[in-house]
Amino acid sequence: MEYSYSFLILLLPFLSFLVLGLCGMKMKEKVAFGIGTTVLGVLWCLSLYTAYEYFFAVGRDAAGLYPTVTAFNLTWLDFGKAPLFGTELIFNIGFRLTPISVMMLVVITTVSFMVHIYSLGYMAERDEEYRVEGYEKGFQRFYAFLSLFTMSMLGLVVATNIFQMYLFWELVGVCSYLLIGFYYPKHAAVHASKKAFIVTRFADLFFLIGILFYSYYVGTFNFDLNADPTIANRLPMAVNILPVALFLMFIGGAGKSAMFPLHIWLPDAMEGPTPVSALIHAATMVVAGVFQVASLMPIWLKYAPNTLHYVAYIAAFTAFYAAAVACTQRDIKRGLAFSTISQIAYMLVALGVCSAVEGEGSVGYMASMFHLFTHAMFKALLFLCSGAIIVIIGSNFKDYMGGLHKYMPITNWCFFFACLCISGIPPFSGFFSKDEIVAACFHFSPFLGWFMTLVSGMTAFYMFRLYYVIFWGKSYYEADPENRRKPQEVPAIMWGPLVFLCIVGCLCGLIPFGHFVSLDGHAEDIAIQTFAIWTWPSVAWVSIVVAIIGIGLATWMYKSGENPVPDMLKRRMPKLHEAALQRFYIDDAWQFFTHKIVFGLFSKPIAWFDRRVIDGTFNFLAWGTQTAGETIRPWQSGDVRQYAAWFITGTVALTLVLLCIL
Amino acid sequence: MIPVSAFLVLSTLLFFLGVFGFVTRRNLVAMLISVELVLNAADMNFAVFNRILFPGQMEGMFFTLFSIGISAAETAVALAIIINVYRNYHSDQVNSIENMKF
Repeated sequence: MEYSYSFLILLLPFLSFLVLGLCGMKMKEKVAFGIGTTVLGVLWCLSLYTAYEYFFAVGRDAAGLYPTVTAFNLTWLDFGKAPLFGTELIFNIGFRLTPISVMMLVVITTVSFMVHIYSLGYMAERDEEYRVEGYEKGFQRFYAFLSLFTMSMLGLVVATNIFQMYLFWELVGVCSYLLIGFYYPKHAAVHASKKAFIVTRFADLFFLIGILFYSYYVGTFNFDLNADPTIANRLPMAVNILPVALFLMFIGGAGKSAMFPLHIWLPDAMEGPTPVSALIHAATMVVAGVFQVASLMPIWLKYAPNTLHYVAYIAAFTAFYAAAVACTQRDIKRGLAFSTISQIAYMLVALGVCSAVEGEGSVGYMASMFHLFTHAMFKALLFLCSGAIIVIIGSNFKDYMGGLHKYMPITNWCFFFACLCISGIPPFSGFFSKDEIVAACFHFSPFLGWFMTLVSGMTAFYMFRLYYVIFWGKSYYEADPENRRKPQEVPAIMWGPLVFLCIVGCLCGLIPFGHFVSLDGHAEDIAIQTFAIWTWPSVAWVSIVVAIIGIGLATWMYKSGENPVPDMLKRRMPKLHEAALQRFYIDDAWQFFTHKIVFGLFSKPIAWFDRRVIDGTFNFLAWGTQTAGETIRPWQSGDVRQYAAWFITGTVALTLVLLCIL
Repeated sequence: MIPVSAFLVLSTLLFFLGVFGFVTRRNLVAMLISVELVLNAADMNFAVFNRILFPGQMEGMFFTLFSIGISAAETAVALAIIINVYRNYHSDQVNSIENMKF
């Protein structure tokens, strides 16, 4: 059977998690690193081999499509004939290969492998001269969680049905929680991990309700509604409920993918170690929502084409909002986090503008997946670069940086290229994928197209602002070289992955992605790659011009380090600046909503009822039993003479009574 | 001939003496003796009813003898226990072994 090795892709990281999690503390750090990284290396090779096998060795079937292959599908829970459900209720766990899941396999294992290598350098403790002194506490635990995360994410993308996806979706959320709270003695990390877990769990509730609606009315958990003839009979009943079910599932995806207003957890999630931010909160887990919508895209298009556009509107607003906030952040990782939100919103916009129209309607799907792929590479790179800077500087805040280009040349170039990628400058990868998205938006509505072009200009601006304040401008070290630590380049174990991701990130835009992933399965050319839309005034030219304006503006404002223009703007519009710095008070709005409305109006009365009525009932029962026991206990004295006296007295009394009656 | 009621009155007296002794005395040996009095009252009733109601038969008599044998054995066991209690607690008072309740 084809892909018979595929069970290893899920089993190996799980075994690695078990070994590192159970016996990790007895191992040397290097051994734990060796086990985790070797397993990931094997997984990476397996994924690349799977991709080769799927796209090239086996290739298209007779109909010219990449077939959907189910490598295995095991019955996990079998409830048999469920009376409520109407059909047989069976939960399967399996391994399903489609073009996008194969693409995700490659993305996840590549980024995860790089992060595994890089973390050996990042999780070390260094002395004043940056020499490695030892490793951080819980180093082995860190690798165990990384393995578990990789397993869950792989399980999510190869899910054969929505329920399996949900199962691994929750596991991924748990891993995110564990890794954000990795530095658990730190209050901020604990709060951030709780926030991330609760917000995403809240969103997942909608996902679960959506799954229940979907499965109840359609009668299956499968993605493919055409596979089973019995489903066709149920579909006429289900068409009214399907848009609701799909939108509820999208809310779950919006929680994981940090769409407004459920985005609040992602910036705080940066409290975790930076490699985790690169792997989970930039490259893989946060695109789970995008992946989910993409997996259900045929159903969206057929049964809820109008609801799908709401996804686009929500995502477009999120993209703009996150870009605006990213322009003011002082913590470099938070700045990157908002840029992640903005870029994921791009992908969802592209999915949201899909329609059943032949040709132009399907551009968005391919563009979204393409952007997911390129974004994973360059955003992981950006985060790993920022991790390298944090290792050297010892802080997240831009005030302690500046002028690093002299001291950290490799990191500087990698960050620079990554900024070019995300800004959309040809021939770097972000240009192809993002402009394809903008083009898809223009097909949908010119307004949305211009709006997303504006956001892409903002992207270029805030990324280069970040670049200049970190690597150029006034150096913090040079202001007082006597007392401050001299920055230097990170060791090879850290810059190696940076360079690798930089090369992949810069070049992956040239992949003819549309030939592998497209909505209808037929090969589709990326318009920009074939120079079809290069004629002026085209989308490509407009976005290049906008990106260059954004970069130019950032150069003008931040390159010198004096920052007269931003300071002046800050003075002129203190309220706007403050609002942007405080993320437009969305966190406070949630705080108000949860504390005042949910806690005040619902939780408090429920808590009162619980304490007074329910607890009171049981407390009364316990009190009654105890009192009765205390009363009866002296009768059981254990004194034989007393028993005998009672016995005799009772007998005599009974005899007298009987004598009187008879 | 002595009337039956005289025997019965005697055995009732014996019985209640035994009960009274059992309830009031704290000495283990005294309690044992009281229990023997109660038993003897019952044995006497057996003998008397057999002699008066069924003069030709001997079941009541045998039962009495049997009961005496049993009570002798039982007394031996009880005495052994009492000796053990005395050795362990250095007392022959019934309330000295209260901690065996728990």
